[in-house]
Amino acid sequence: MNGRNWISIAAPVVVGVVFLVLWHAVVAINQIPSYLVPGPLLVFETLLHDWDSLYHSLLITLQVTGSALLLAVLLGSLLSILFVQSRLLESALLPYAVILQVTPLVAIAPLIIIWVSDPYDALVICATVASIFPVIANTTVGLRSVDTGLIDLFRLYGASRTQILLRLRIPSAAPYFFAGLRVATALALIGAVVAEFVAGTGGTRSGLAYQILQAGLQLKIPRLFAALFLITATGIVLFLVVSWLSRLALRRWHESELPTEP
Amino acid sequence: MTSPDTSPAAIDIRGACKTYPNGTRALEPIELIVREGEFVTIVGPSGCGKSTLLRLIAGLSPPTAGSIVLSEGYSPPRLAYVFQSPTLMPWASVQANVRLPLDLAGVARTQADKTTRHALERVGLQDFARSFPRELSGGMQMRASIARALVTGPRLLLMDEPFGALDEITRNRLDREFSELSARENLTVLFVTHSIYEAVFLSSRVLVMSPRPGRIHAEVAIDAPRVRADSFRTTTEFASHSAQLSEMLGAVMQEADQ
Repeated sequence: MNGRNWISIAAPVVVGVVFLVLWHAVVAINQIPSYLVPGPLLVFETLLHDWDSLYHSLLITLQVTGSALLLAVLLGSLLSILFVQSRLLESALLPYAVILQVTPLVAIAPLIIIWVSDPYDALVICATVASIFPVIANTTVGLRSVDTGLIDLFRLYGASRTQILLRLRIPSAAPYFFAGLRVATALALIGAVVAEFVAGTGGTRSGLAYQILQAGLQLKIPRLFAALFLITATGIVLFLVVSWLSRLALRRWHESELPTEP
Repeated sequence: MTSPDTSPAAIDIRGACKTYPNGTRALEPIELIVREGEFVTIVGPSGCGKSTLLRLIAGLSPPTAGSIVLSEGYSPPRLAYVFQSPTLMPWASVQANVRLPLDLAGVARTQADKTTRHALERVGLQDFARSFPRELSGGMQMRASIARALVTGPRLLLMDEPFGALDEITRNRLDREFSELSARENLTVLFVTHSIYEAVFLSSRVLVMSPRPGRIHAEVAIDAPRVRADSFRTTTEFASHSAQLSEMLGAVMQEADQ
């Protein structure tokens, strides 16, 4: 590992530590009550103390986010492939995908929650709606961004539409797809949390958003912070996983994932 | 070896022309016969319809009128096309790129791999089968592109300025290698280039095309053995043919400017 790599890891860590120390100092010096702003140590303590229930909620939120992301990827890619096969289908359906995208999720979530009887399914649908657009938009552009020379080559050798799709369009679309997937991952988590806020249902299958809602109502602010921390950590971990997948798929050939010259 | 003049036609073009939907006349009616085993080169300035003519012959674009007949055994997959750029799939290894025409035709994997290895050997890339295109130099990428063209065992090669983007040293080297390879395998070649020297070095016959609209302006036969060594570049024949073609191209350009 060279010097620049160390700096790129150390710099954000230093900023994080400085932030935690400042946070602790401000809270301790001003004696801010923990029901307004708890110190970082108290949040950590609460995280450990309430771990069982928070962990359970974390798993639920992860499940909702993961299922939604999977659905968004499957449905989104499928729609993109259909769009690329037929301009008519694209011009007929794309406006509705845009409408779905520009309508705020909080505005449609209550409807989805009313229409879908199972609250867990409703959350998954909300998070899917929130995250599907970047998959569709990016993958469609990617499937169309094929080297015209390669298209000629495939046609010369009598390739079928399916062969062109599988061997040419889908690999060409991969970098675009992964860029979309990164955005979709963040949106799926946001969707899962927002929908749960709107749904506000508790029970055994309540996620982190519900924990935040409850903690807020009961003025258990350290617990609220702990749940918030878990949501953020989840987002970061998901982002890292997707970045890793992208690197795995593209590192041998695509400029975006090539190692930079030292 | 039979003299090309008496050999049967590989490509028979009668009155083929191309007008694009926007009204641009890319190609005036063309009459051209390329005989089996001939190495015919087309030189001409940009916009003279050289590439259009190749695309018509390959069937990548239909002629507006006229006919293009490829003799039996001279149509795809026995016809191969080498593009201006290497046109390799960046996500696939050299081996997978070269194997592509066989994969598309559904050739069994073991047989395809064997044929691919042989094609890579013919262009000297056997040690780079597992490399990715971006790891190769421009000249090596072009070799891979030629290997891919050779993998189906074609008898007719259409080449659209294949070495145009390379430096002169690499280009001369590839020209010599390709000249040997095409003679050894008795390939019929229709080659497009901007370079008079490349045309004289490679060809048995050079066609000069003029632009707007594209048509064949003149034809020069190069009388020299089919296989040529680098020393051919310093012969008086080479110099006189080059001068002759240069003069013709000058006339074509002057005409086009008026």
